[in-house]
Amino acid sequence: MLNVHSIESLGTYDGPGIRLVIFLQGCNFKCLYCANPDTIAYEGGKSYAVEELVQMAQRQRPFFGKRGGVTVSGGEPLMQAKELIELFRRLKEEGINTCIDTNGSILTSASKTLLEHTDLVLLDIKHIDGSKHKKLTGVSNERTLAFADYLAGINQSTWIRYVLVPGYSDDPADLHALGRRLTGMNNIEKLEIQPYHKLGVHKYESLGWPYELSGVSANTPEQLNVAKKIFEGYVKEVVVN
Amino acid sequence: MFKSGNWQNAIDVRDFVLKNVRPYDGEGDFLCDATERTDHLWKICLDAISEERANNGVLAIDNETVSGVASHAAGYIDKDKEIIVGLQTDQLLKRAMKPYGGIAVVEKACQEHGLEVSDRVKDIFRNYAKTHNDGVFDVYTPEIRLFRSLGILTGLPDNYARGRIIGDYRRVALYGVNRLIENKKLDMLGLTGPMNDERIRLREEVAEQIKALGELNKLGEIYGLDLSRPAQNATEAVQWVYMAYLSAVKEQDGAAMSLGNVSSFLDIYIEQDIQMGVISESFAQELIDQFVMKLRMVRHLRMDAYNEIFAGDPTWVTEAIGGRLADGRHKVTKTSFRFLQTLYNLGPSPEPNMTVLWSPQLPEGFKKFCAQVSIDTSSIQYENDDLMQCTRNSDDYGIACCVSFQEIGKQIQFFGARTNLAKTLLLAINGGRCELSGKQVIPNIPELKSEVLDFDEVMGNFKLAMREVARVYNDSMNIIHYMHDKYYYEKVQMALVDTNPKVNLAYGAAGLSIVADSFSAIRHAKVKVVRDEAGISTDFVIDGEFPCYGNDDDRVDVFATEIPAYFNGLLKELPTYKNAEPTLSILTITSNVVYGHKTGATPDGRAKGVAFAPGGNPMHGRDKSGAVASLSSVSKIDYKDSLDGISNTFSIVPKTLGVDKEQRKENLVSIMDGYFSKDAHHLNVNVLNREMLEDAMEHPENYPQLTIRVSGYAVNFVRLTRAQQQDVIARSFFETI
Repeated sequence: MLNVHSIESLGTYDGPGIRLVIFLQGCNFKCLYCANPDTIAYEGGKSYAVEELVQMAQRQRPFFGKRGGVTVSGGEPLMQAKELIELFRRLKEEGINTCIDTNGSILTSASKTLLEHTDLVLLDIKHIDGSKHKKLTGVSNERTLAFADYLAGINQSTWIRYVLVPGYSDDPADLHALGRRLTGMNNIEKLEIQPYHKLGVHKYESLGWPYELSGVSANTPEQLNVAKKIFEGYVKEVVVN
Repeated sequence: MFKSGNWQNAIDVRDFVLKNVRPYDGEGDFLCDATERTDHLWKICLDAISEERANNGVLAIDNETVSGVASHAAGYIDKDKEIIVGLQTDQLLKRAMKPYGGIAVVEKACQEHGLEVSDRVKDIFRNYAKTHNDGVFDVYTPEIRLFRSLGILTGLPDNYARGRIIGDYRRVALYGVNRLIENKKLDMLGLTGPMNDERIRLREEVAEQIKALGELNKLGEIYGLDLSRPAQNATEAVQWVYMAYLSAVKEQDGAAMSLGNVSSFLDIYIEQDIQMGVISESFAQELIDQFVMKLRMVRHLRMDAYNEIFAGDPTWVTEAIGGRLADGRHKVTKTSFRFLQTLYNLGPSPEPNMTVLWSPQLPEGFKKFCAQVSIDTSSIQYENDDLMQCTRNSDDYGIACCVSFQEIGKQIQFFGARTNLAKTLLLAINGGRCELSGKQVIPNIPELKSEVLDFDEVMGNFKLAMREVARVYNDSMNIIHYMHDKYYYEKVQMALVDTNPKVNLAYGAAGLSIVADSFSAIRHAKVKVVRDEAGISTDFVIDGEFPCYGNDDDRVDVFATEIPAYFNGLLKELPTYKNAEPTLSILTITSNVVYGHKTGATPDGRAKGVAFAPGGNPMHGRDKSGAVASLSSVSKIDYKDSLDGISNTFSIVPKTLGVDKEQRKENLVSIMDGYFSKDAHHLNVNVLNREMLEDAMEHPENYPQLTIRVSGYAVNFVRLTRAQQQDVIARSFFETI
């Protein structure tokens, strides 16, 4: 059984084509800007059997077009890597494209097996600088970077995702550093810059949590452009989502 | 020049298209911009439209002349610049009186704009001529009047023209009027005895048609055109088709008067002229631009109250574009593109109502072009060509009104507005009494035994109530169409249709999502009725959760499929005027709001007065699993049980479709391929701009599944607070500039 937070049937930003996006409940990071703070707790969510989700994907399949499929996001989906293996194995059996959106902090043997059934990894790197990463997420970035190395090693198709938070993760020096770190990883097809937004703020209120980035405003087009230009020096395709 | 075929021996436009159509597999890169002449004319039209708007929605009214095919002198926008001519009256946007529907309606419409109908016309229609409206109300039963006044039946065409009949306007171009007259005269000779009611009526109808064709020739003469002979070239073909359509909208003011499927027919003439080097692509586009411009200028004189049911002064000049032929070829032509191109050359517009007959098998270039035009203009609707072709057994059809199949020249349709299923459910819960007025509407509905609704008991009563509603609805339809034929017969349109065509009777139902969710609540949760002292339901208390229609969940979607099937079955048992075939639509146009006003609280938790979801849409805010799940739910309603059409309005912001233009096009194509391959029938595609988002803030019920995405976060727009909505509006536009 998978512990699911919610399901979006028209996913157009979490991998190629039209995708069924399954958001799992529970995350081991607590990012300051998290837009879905209600997915962080391990409790809550709704149980779904693997076969239930496979059937959902099959029903939706006519919409997938040539490139779409299923994406598992979260929360942190690799928290449930073991249960996901069966889901992805079944989806691949049905010929459905699979994608996982992860913070890359959990590289267990279950994660490794799961990757064998995964067509595309969306790897969220929150920050290249260890201490700034810790400030943003509560944990260090060592394991995420090791995960990136592992993906490169097995030549796993990967898109990097990077949330550009003004004043927190947009220092050009850091962006260059991240670019350099990714250099030589030929498995990386694309880097997606995710603009910072505040649409999840009301959720903090209902959770009774403080929102620590209330003073930060959304990116200007110039800020996004600067970051895009920098990353283009290192990664073959850069898009702003 | 044209390939020969049966079309030469008989009136058979389909055969002409089949033999001569040139399917086009390419993209839209050949298309041309508007010419200077077109721009000049359109500027005059735009000025007239803004003057019209400033003048309370009506620019001018001719209160002297009763409109007919050849009633008015020629009118022009700017004569020297027009390559396609013809207006309904002698002045752009001047509206004409068509009192045969009902003189009181015309008087009211005039008075609302500070005018009086001329004494002569008043005298004729008050004292000598009888109208459709007079006829209907002479024979309406007390029962029908009650159903009508309580809002169980709404928008019945008993004081305005029924519309929905599509003349085969192509016939005038292909054959010329004289050949059509000859043909009708031959039909007349064959209509021999015994002279029973039916036969006499038909003979009189054909006689009227022949006279109307004579009038059509006169209309041509007014504009210096010889419509008596076939069109000789592309310009004439467009002009002849337009004159035929114009004659119809001069004679009738039907709620919806579709154009049919003229684009790929006209393409044959256009491509021939281009090949012969007689015209250029730019001129070809100009022909279509000017034709479409004229279609956008069609106006009818309406009362303000009409706006409640059909908001926004619509005319439904519906043109069906694309689709496939039964032999497997497709009917996408360069002129299919040229029609859509008018949305760029003249800007977006609701009219003509461009309807793409979609099949996943259509050429990719066309599918992407459609998606692009939808994204840029939100002006196209789509219907499932594969589904209609195989279910209705014809590949030469147009769309009557909004969504309804009509084989061109072979079939017509009797428009029947719609009934309110949600209110019918409340009759079932209240012993047959109206929940707002307390009036006894239906006898012999048993009172419910308990406060907590019992599924079987409510369903049993609902079926009884539906049976009674179907009976009264059928009675009203038979009366209305009998009288419409008698007093406001569509002479010129019927002259362009085969003699004695098949008739479909277009019933409609509103409130499907409410009924489905109500039964889901009754079955899966505990629903308690709150009643007033008279024992009539005022509210419902729901204890527990229940699945809602719009989430691809069979536990509730089953009600959305079974209820139309059951109601349709009841309608099919009843005898119809002219042996029309009963068909049902799940369609509301804009009446979903009015229906809401007239309906008390329902067991799904909807409060009294709240607007219904439009057509087959799930209730807004209840389809929580995203657009694809919502589309999947709607696709389950079986077209075979709702042959008049199942309307679904899909609204999405550009960003949600994808990060850039290419991806948006690709994804929209995937959505439509997916939706229609699941045997769904119809889709309105709104890719929203700022104006629409602002409108959505004021009328959230019209934007049930408007989704916004801002990197990694998806939200239903109408569920945001006002401040957030304003934020999103500012943000979205900031980003797209």
